[in-house]
Amino acid sequence: MTGPRSLFMIVRHSMRRHVLSTVVTAMSAALASGLVMAVFSISTQSTRAFSGGKIGFDAVLGARGSALQLVMNTIYHLETSPGNIPWSMYQEIKADPRVALAVPYAVGDNYKGYRIVGTTTELFTDFEYQEGKRYTVVAPGLVFDPTRREAVIGATAARELGLKLGDELNPYHGVDARSTVKHAELYRVIGVLEPTNTPSDRVIWIPIEGVYRMGGHVLRGEDGEVFEAEPGVAIPDKHKEVSAVMLKFSTKQAGYFLQTQINRQGKAATLAWPIAQVMLDLMNKLGWMNRILELVAYLVVAVAGGSLLASLYNAMNERRREFAILRSLGARKGTVFGVIVLEAGSIAALGALGGYLVYYGILVVARTIVLERTGVVLDLSAVHSSLYWTPVVMVAVGVLAGVLPALKAYSTDVASVLARA
Amino acid sequence: MALLELTDLTKSYVDPDGRSQLILDIPKFELDACKQLALAGTSGCGKTTFLNIVAGILRADTGAVAFDGLDLSLLGEGERDALRAREMGYVFQTFNLLEGYTALENVLLGMLFGPGPDRDWAYALLERLGLAGKEKHRPSQLSVGQQQRVALARALANRPRLVLADEPTGNLDPVHAQEALVMIRELCVEQGASLLLVSHDPMILDAFDKTLNFTELNQAMSAQGIRS
Repeated sequence: MTGPRSLFMIVRHSMRRHVLSTVVTAMSAALASGLVMAVFSISTQSTRAFSGGKIGFDAVLGARGSALQLVMNTIYHLETSPGNIPWSMYQEIKADPRVALAVPYAVGDNYKGYRIVGTTTELFTDFEYQEGKRYTVVAPGLVFDPTRREAVIGATAARELGLKLGDELNPYHGVDARSTVKHAELYRVIGVLEPTNTPSDRVIWIPIEGVYRMGGHVLRGEDGEVFEAEPGVAIPDKHKEVSAVMLKFSTKQAGYFLQTQINRQGKAATLAWPIAQVMLDLMNKLGWMNRILELVAYLVVAVAGGSLLASLYNAMNERRREFAILRSLGARKGTVFGVIVLEAGSIAALGALGGYLVYYGILVVARTIVLERTGVVLDLSAVHSSLYWTPVVMVAVGVLAGVLPALKAYSTDVASVLARA
Repeated sequence: MALLELTDLTKSYVDPDGRSQLILDIPKFELDACKQLALAGTSGCGKTTFLNIVAGILRADTGAVAFDGLDLSLLGEGERDALRAREMGYVFQTFNLLEGYTALENVLLGMLFGPGPDRDWAYALLERLGLAGKEKHRPSQLSVGQQQRVALARALANRPRLVLADEPTGNLDPVHAQEALVMIRELCVEQGASLLLVSHDPMILDAFDKTLNFTELNQAMSAQGIRS
């Protein structure tokens, strides 16, 4: 009776004897396995992250144009602003009883590639960036005084720029990091935010009034009349404008009614609502990219299976003598078949285990890239179902790849091989 | 009752021209339990084919091959494999040791498909054959004589009732050949196994009380006029 231990003994010897091909084949299986897991995990995580997740607000109001651009600009701090809306529109939506909270954003400057956003202190006192989560200033920092040139900076921006409390920064005009037009105004860092693991960690927040008063900024307001703020002189509301307003509704129905009112009947603004749907539409449009990545990953699995098959099959000529001897010692044909299939499965299983290392490696690199580009943080410890089924599929592919060489071993003509030995 | 009994056994091969060539025609052959017999014959006279049929590796075209009353010709390939694994040991001229395995593991392979691995017995066999301390050596790290002894230990590892030896000393010099022969015969006696040995070496054949001329036994060769 040939027990599993005996089979494993033969398989272990064979793998040790052919250590180079075993390692190379297992590595290709590891690469394939890790790639599949990474593609699925990253794709799921980024879709979830860009589809809004559990964000703490309902809609974004901005200039007439693309809702997607509006969302990208205000939530992910990517792309350029589609334009501005007048201050009166902000006041109007803020006063609407269907709106519980309205926080204005004014964008247009950066500091060494990190975007500067003008806003109100409500962002730190009332706004929830995720359900139940508000921005927290690390002690002993403070929230900026709306009348002073003070800045509160996100955790990533603080870390990457090496900024700390009391440091000063000069905003650069525009959102392009290559901008060389430096504003004369100096802003003092008054607070650093706790990490939120959202794109906001890359933002430098200043009082919205500061954006209006930045040298060279031209306001057009309601009637398009050009206006430039002067030091010590109040800016009339009619000249003020905002890039977007982050909205939290009082009721669930508010979004529907406001969308009808603003998007369908109005012509001056766009309401991006529901935000998750806006991003999901984008994800669906980009879905083909994920499909291609998945296809590539599957092809790599097929290539790994093929290389396993080729490596075992090519070794069969050399191993015919070994199988003939085993058969002469009483090994059944089925045992010899089982040895090859088990060997193929074992190499694939080794690869599948190594796949976790490859997966983790890809995720670490992808995390850095995605974080740098978008501010979205991929969770290294997130468990996706592909982490369970990929190794199983890999082993199954390995076992399948072993069938053909196993059939060759199965059909070894013992007497003639031994006669030639 | 004979341990091994062959009746009206024939075996043919198809040559490259597609013609059938009768290679074995043995009307009657017997070997009793615990007996030792040498078969003499030139190369190409069908000795190895004969041993392979006895071992169940090959199947006869016609006739009966009874091992302890069990007709191998009625058994399927798997059953013949199991019988060989349980009851027979095979010593080859070229030893056929597996290079990736140590001496001990090669011996364990001899038990693997039959009674199952018994490390103590494998160690005891190697010690009995003067290979104590060489258990972890691979075949390439052993002398030819030592390799032959490992092959012998492997053939006896499953405590067989029949040991088949195909020119077992063919690769050894006369001194080592003589030593090996003594060992094979002694161990078969100790283990209560019958020994069926084929050789063309007169020195080896002379050591046996009973020797059969294979070309006389095999009518197919007699008909072609082949003499040993």
